[in-house]
Order: sequence, then C-alpha cells, then structure tokens
Amino acid sequence: MSYVPSTPEQRQEMLRAVGVSDYKELYRDVPADMLLTKPLNLPEGKSELETVRIMTEIAEKNTVFPTILRGAGAYDHYIPAVVRSIPAKEEFLTAYTPYQAEMSQGVLQSIFEYQTMICEITGMDVANASVYDGATASAEAAAMCRDRKRRVTLISGAAHPDVISTVRTYCYGTGDELRIVPAKDGKTDLAALKEMLGDDIASFIGQQPTFYGQFEPAEKIAALVHEAGAMYVMNCNPIALGIMKTPRAFGADVAVGEGQPLGLPMGFGGPYLGFMATTTKYMRKLPGRIVGQTVDSEGERAYVLALQAREQHIRREKASSNICSNEALCALTAAVYLSVMGPDGLAEAARQSMAKAHYLADALTAIPGVSLVYDGPYFHEFVTTLPDKEKVLAALQDAGILGGLPIDEGVLWCATEKVSKADLDRAVEIVKEVLA
Amino acid sequence: MKLIFEKSVAGRHCDVLGKCDVDYAPLPEEFCRESKPLLPEMSEVDVSRHYTELNHRVHGVNCGFYPLGSCTMKYNPRVDEDIAGLKGFAGIHPLAPADTVKGCREVIDTAGKYLCEISGMDAMTFQPAAGAHGEFTGVLLIKQYHDKRGDTARTKIIVPDSAHGTNPATAAMCGYKVVNIPSAPNGCVDLDALRAVLGPDTAGLMLTNPNTVGIFDENILEITRLVHEAGGLCYYDGANLNAIMGVVRPGDMGFDCIHMNLHKTFATPHGGGGPGAGAVGCKAFLKEFLPASALMDGAKDRIQIRSFAGNFLVLVRALTYITTLGKEGIPEASQNAVLNANYLMRQIEGTFDLAYDRICMHEFVLDVASYKKETGLSALDVAKSLIDYGMHPPTMYFPLIVHEALMLEPTETETKETLDWTADVFRAVYERGKVDPEYIHGSPHCAQIKRPDEVMASRNPVVRWTPQE
Repeated sequence: MSYVPSTPEQRQEMLRAVGVSDYKELYRDVPADMLLTKPLNLPEGKSELETVRIMTEIAEKNTVFPTILRGAGAYDHYIPAVVRSIPAKEEFLTAYTPYQAEMSQGVLQSIFEYQTMICEITGMDVANASVYDGATASAEAAAMCRDRKRRVTLISGAAHPDVISTVRTYCYGTGDELRIVPAKDGKTDLAALKEMLGDDIASFIGQQPTFYGQFEPAEKIAALVHEAGAMYVMNCNPIALGIMKTPRAFGADVAVGEGQPLGLPMGFGGPYLGFMATTTKYMRKLPGRIVGQTVDSEGERAYVLALQAREQHIRREKASSNICSNEALCALTAAVYLSVMGPDGLAEAARQSMAKAHYLADALTAIPGVSLVYDGPYFHEFVTTLPDKEKVLAALQDAGILGGLPIDEGVLWCATEKVSKADLDRAVEIVKEVLA
Repeated sequence: MKLIFEKSVAGRHCDVLGKCDVDYAPLPEEFCRESKPLLPEMSEVDVSRHYTELNHRVHGVNCGFYPLGSCTMKYNPRVDEDIAGLKGFAGIHPLAPADTVKGCREVIDTAGKYLCEISGMDAMTFQPAAGAHGEFTGVLLIKQYHDKRGDTARTKIIVPDSAHGTNPATAAMCGYKVVNIPSAPNGCVDLDALRAVLGPDTAGLMLTNPNTVGIFDENILEITRLVHEAGGLCYYDGANLNAIMGVVRPGDMGFDCIHMNLHKTFATPHGGGGPGAGAVGCKAFLKEFLPASALMDGAKDRIQIRSFAGNFLVLVRALTYITTLGKEGIPEASQNAVLNANYLMRQIEGTFDLAYDRICMHEFVLDVASYKKETGLSALDVAKSLIDYGMHPPTMYFPLIVHEALMLEPTETETKETLDWTADVFRAVYERGKVDPEYIHGSPHCAQIKRPDEVMASRNPVVRWTPQE
C-alpha cells in the first residue's frame, strides 16, 4: 500500500503543470547510466492487515518474560498507564524540534518542566533537553570537562561496560585519552584513582550505584578529584535518586544517567534517554538543546530554544557537540512519569526495588554455594556466585523467569518493585531445586 | 498557561505501587537524600489534563501542513506505532538470551537487508540514535580505515558550504580539520574548488545529494572519483534520501558509507525532537569497522557509539513502513515527493523568487532578498505570517548560501488540495506584505504567543522553574 494521497488523474495534472510528461523527466539531472533499471529487490507492498500479521508473527518469535531479574543498564520498572498514553498523543508524537516557538509552546514548556525535574532529582542548576542515552551522556560530559591543558579522562572500571566503551569511542574521535581506573570490590579503587589523578586529568566518570549495584563512597571520590583540579562526572540511576543523596550533594560537577527507568520500555535497548545536568558555572558548556523562559512582545511568559550559540547549526565545527535530534519524546515520557509518581512515589519505587533486591539476595545466599561477591551496601542489583550457572538460568528461563546476567565475576541480579514476593520465592525455589 | 509545578498541591498523589510485600532494606545514612525533590504532587486527572493542554499547544504533522525543508515531515502511519508497542518488541530486555530474542534479530537482519538494497550498501548498523549520530559513526568508519592502513597524514574532511551544520560539527568530533568549499552558482559542488583542496591530507568528503538546495548534483560520479583518486573516502548524508529511493542509489554514486534518517525517510515520528534513528550503511571493505556493544555483543575491540543495539523500537516502525510500501511503494513515495515539490514550486512561482529556477528534487528554496529590498520584510517575517494560517513555516535561513532562504519540502503525503491552498497562502502573504508590511512584520497575530524575545532568553537564561519565596 501507499500513503500517497493524490489520485492518478491529479498526478497527471501536476506533471503537466510542472511541464514534464512523466516522472522520469523529473530526474533529468541524474546521469542516465546510474538510474536503476529494475525494481528494488524487496517484497511487494502489503495492506495494513497483512503487515500487522507479518510483524506480529516476528514479535511472537521473542519470549516475553513475566518475571525479570536482570538489569545491567535496562530496567523493568512498572510503567503507569497514563505514562504510555500521554506521549502517544498525535501532536506530541508527530511534531519536529520546536524551532518555531509560536506554534510549539507545548513542546517547549514540557521540556522546560523536564529540565526542572532533572535539576530537582540531581540537585543541579541546569539540565539540557536530553541526549541519546546514559552512555552518550557520559561521553558528552567528558568532552564538556576537557580544556586546553587537561585532556585526559578517567573512568571507573566499575561503570557499565557499554558506557566505558562509548566514552572510549568518543575519545578516539577527538584523539583524546581515556584511562580506566580499576574496580575493587565492585567499586572504584580509591587508591588507584588517587594515583592516576594529575594535572592532565580533565574529569573522572564514576557510576552511582556502580554496574555491580554497589554504592560507592562518592564524597571521598569528589574530594580526591577536586583536590587534583579535575571535574567529577557522576552517572547515576534516576530511580535511586528518589532516596539517594543527589550528585550535587555528593560533590559531583556534572550529573548524567540513563533515563530509561523513568517510564520507558526496555524495547530491546531503545529508544532511551540520556539526562545531563550541571551547575550554573558550566551551563554554557552543556551540549544539546536547552529551553529557556522569556517573554513575548506583549510581555507574556513564553519558552524558546535558548543559548543556541553553543550548537552545530550556528557554530558548525566549533560547536560543543554535533547533536541535533535528541530524545524529546522520551524526555516527555520521563517528565510524565515523574509527575505521576511525585516525590513520594519515586522514593517508594526506589525503596521497593531495593527491598525486593535485598529479599532476593538474602534468599539466594541462604542456598549452599551461593554467596554475595561484594559485601558493601547496594541498591537493586547485586552479584552472587552461582554454581551451575547455565543450568540454573535455563531452568529459570523455562519457568518464564529471566534470571540474573552471567558476567565474569558471577551473576548480576536485579529486582524492581514490579516483581512480587511470590515471584521471588518461586525463582528462589527453582534455583534451590537445580542446585539440590 | 501554568507550569505543572504551579498546579502541584502538597499531599496530592497517584496511587501507583501500593504496599511493599517484603521488608524494606535500610539505606546507610551517608547515602541518603537530605530533602525531597520538588516534583509535582498531582492526581492522575491533573497530570492528564496538564499534558492534554500542552498537547493542544503543539503543531504536529497530524495537525496540518509542515513543509520544514530538510526534515521530511511526512505522515507517520499509526499502524507503525501499534507494532512498536507490541509486548514482543517493547517488553524485551536487550540482554535476554539469544534464543529468546530471535524476533528482534529478525527485525535487525531484515531491515538491514532492505536498507542495503535501497541504499546500495553492503552492511548496516542500527546503533546510531539520530542522523548526526550516524554521521559521527560514518566518519569514524573513515577514520578507522585510514588508521588501520597507517595513513595518518589524512587530517582533513571536506564539506561544501551548503552542508548541514552537523557535518562540520561531526568532522570536528572525529578530530578532523574541516575544509569548507564554496558551491558553484547552481548550488552544486564546484569541481575546481574541490580539486584545489584535494590532496594527501584528504580523509574524506561529506556530501548530501540531492543537495540542500534540492538539486541532484549531475557531476556526482566525477566528485566521488576525484575524492577516491586522492585517497579519501566519500560519506553520504542521507538527509535527502526521500527524493531518490528506488530511482538511484548512493552506493551507485560512489559513496563508501551513508547514514539514513529513519525518522525522516522511513516515516517514524519526530516526537518533538527525537527519538530518531540514524542507520549507517557501508561498503563491504568498511564492515569490520562498524560499531558493536561491549556488553551485548562481547565486542572489546570495536567502536561503540551508544549502549546496546540503538533505538530498536524506531527500527521496528521503519521496518513496518517498508513492509507496507514494498518494492512499488518505496519509489512511488520518492517520485511523488519530487512531484509535489516541483508542483508547489510552480504554483508559488510569480510571488517570491525561486533561488534556483529549474526542476528540483524533493525540496526547493525561495529567496526573499529582493522582496526584502522592496518591502523591508525578511524571510523570518514571511515565515511567521504563515503561522496565522495554521501552517508550519518552512526552514528559514538555510542553506547558508541563500541569505534570505525559505526552504520547502512538502513530502509525498500531501494532497494537491493542500499544495494549492499553500500557494494561495504564500500569494496572500506576498500581496499583503506589499501594501501592509507592518501587518506581516507584527505576525503571528493569532498564535499561542507573539514573537518571543530570544535575546533575553540567552542573555539572562532562566532554564528551570524555581519556587516563589
């Protein structure tokens, strides 16, 4: 099928009005020997109904797990119904970047509100309108922190492997160096960090809680980093921020993170949302869109894209980043999520996730052969040893449970508020049975 | 209208989660939040009405004509949304075991195959999350290629002065020096200017074809040949791919790598500024340099530009779209995008000047310079006056080579009736401006707001709400 609305007669009429006899003539600038002479090797077009059948069949080849005990960067939190319905509204959905403020106040105000919410959960003064995900947010933050003298970025070995790999790639782009501070006990090795800081270090990127779920002593890290004259970029979990000290209070200069837990489906990896916030001092170094408040010619409050002199369409090769399209609809989703949850609901989601993870950890580690790999305080993820890893995970999978992620150090488990005590008990029973 | 925070009432809330059925685990005090964040406290109906009110203050493709040049604002089919919302796609964890995600892999493989066929490339990645992100990936392919060969003298990327701002910004992010070359009077690449800058320091060329003035560069084979001869590679910015699908392929023009904006050409919605998806394709010899995920693919020695596999649900929408259109529908879309642009250009002709009076591709540029001289009204004034008619303005002041530019891209999903009406609107604005320039200068008159003070927004930035003391 086709979404072209003009009728065959209208098309002929329009061709005549243009002064050509057929479509071919419209492509007269294309060298003739380059034109395709046969149709594309694609299937024939399908009706809407046929398309739905085909795509549904493909979707059914995936397994939807009713119980998910795996996180590692993508989290199965409960998404309230209204958080799905609002961003699906056709105007929000089908608008472009709000270049024309006079007909985009809805998008602009929603971003302004989102920026405020990100500032509130991170304790920062200014947030941008979003970047692609938590990994690119970390990479953009590293670029923000570099200046002429300080070019080297440090990143914690306890950060998410995809974050490390993405930051490394961005550094490769600009020809700057990335050094990995080793992890110790599931956290950044402070002694190594101290050793590695110096007057060529622009920033240290740490993750709170770490990839292994551990809370790290961020205040100590901030002190070390600042003492060396570098900046502290904290990649944090936004659900944890419901109860956790803010990055600002920990002493971070830039707060970034993966916004997916804020109402976005796991979606096999995307679209997600990178949030970025900092203090007023570094506002003009932030990449991406920023919405600002102003007044219109009659003095009424209005919102516009602000501080555009940082951006690629004005500054071209001198821009702070090449980013243009960001993740506006995901930012809207996160803002709706935060509005529905409110301060108490967000804290409750955090507390319940943490409670479920601790309940699961206690029950699992009561099984002989299963123990915690790290003994520090953790949020909603933890690593255990697990004998017969593959067998256990396969048994869970057969029961509709996506177990923890096998990693070099053991198995990385996660629980959110979405899993019930009964789900957890059932999972633990299966592990017990396999290991019995 | 009020901000959501101004509607918040302490103690009001939505009951989403209910009671916890296990004991809470204490968070050590040194990690505890000191005070609550000032998030809105609302009932569900408050939240719903607030966002519905905001939604009324948004113009989307579904509201009316949106001829934003270079942005391909075509209709976004609703069925694509339904498919992306299926639990079998939306509910899948990116790190689920391989035997449980065969459907996701099929989406990636099938979409890859289709897009290779459409673009004339051999391999494809879907990790890039947007067009500019795709550019970044593409130029990193070029960089890795030269690096692997030990060809470190190649430090420059050539970009025509008509290019999107993302092109030079991307080249800079890849550590390259940007060499801007002037366009020929017809808006195409000036071959002599190109020859003059090519050399052993050329890493590559970034080019959009059809270019940003909506013209297919007839010298394209010579351009890519010259760059290759100098040892550089050619990057195709797919922003304008909607003009040529099924008619001619970037791979056949001599390009080595390409990005495609799935959120433009393949009808996935823009969402008010994303999420997009910037699929990147390349010829076989660059395949080894494509990005991968450290955690998902266990790839330790590959570049990675985002977590996991990219904006997968956007890809699901694009595949649904391609499945619907098929081998006949894809070229039909492009041919009618070009027809609509040419038709609209001829209907508007006789009012504002055409920057290039010739057959165009999927978009064309008006030049308001002479009108400005006559009436004092700029491209900005004309654009703002269109808002009063419920039409989104065209892209303004781009490309930079036309100083008072208005760039229109109607896309194939507009009717002849809409195009005729648009021409009438442009004529009406043109005539009114001649006799009553003050009226046009004061436009929009019936929009959500009057013209905003953008200077103030940047000089005294207020970028978040703060509670009144």
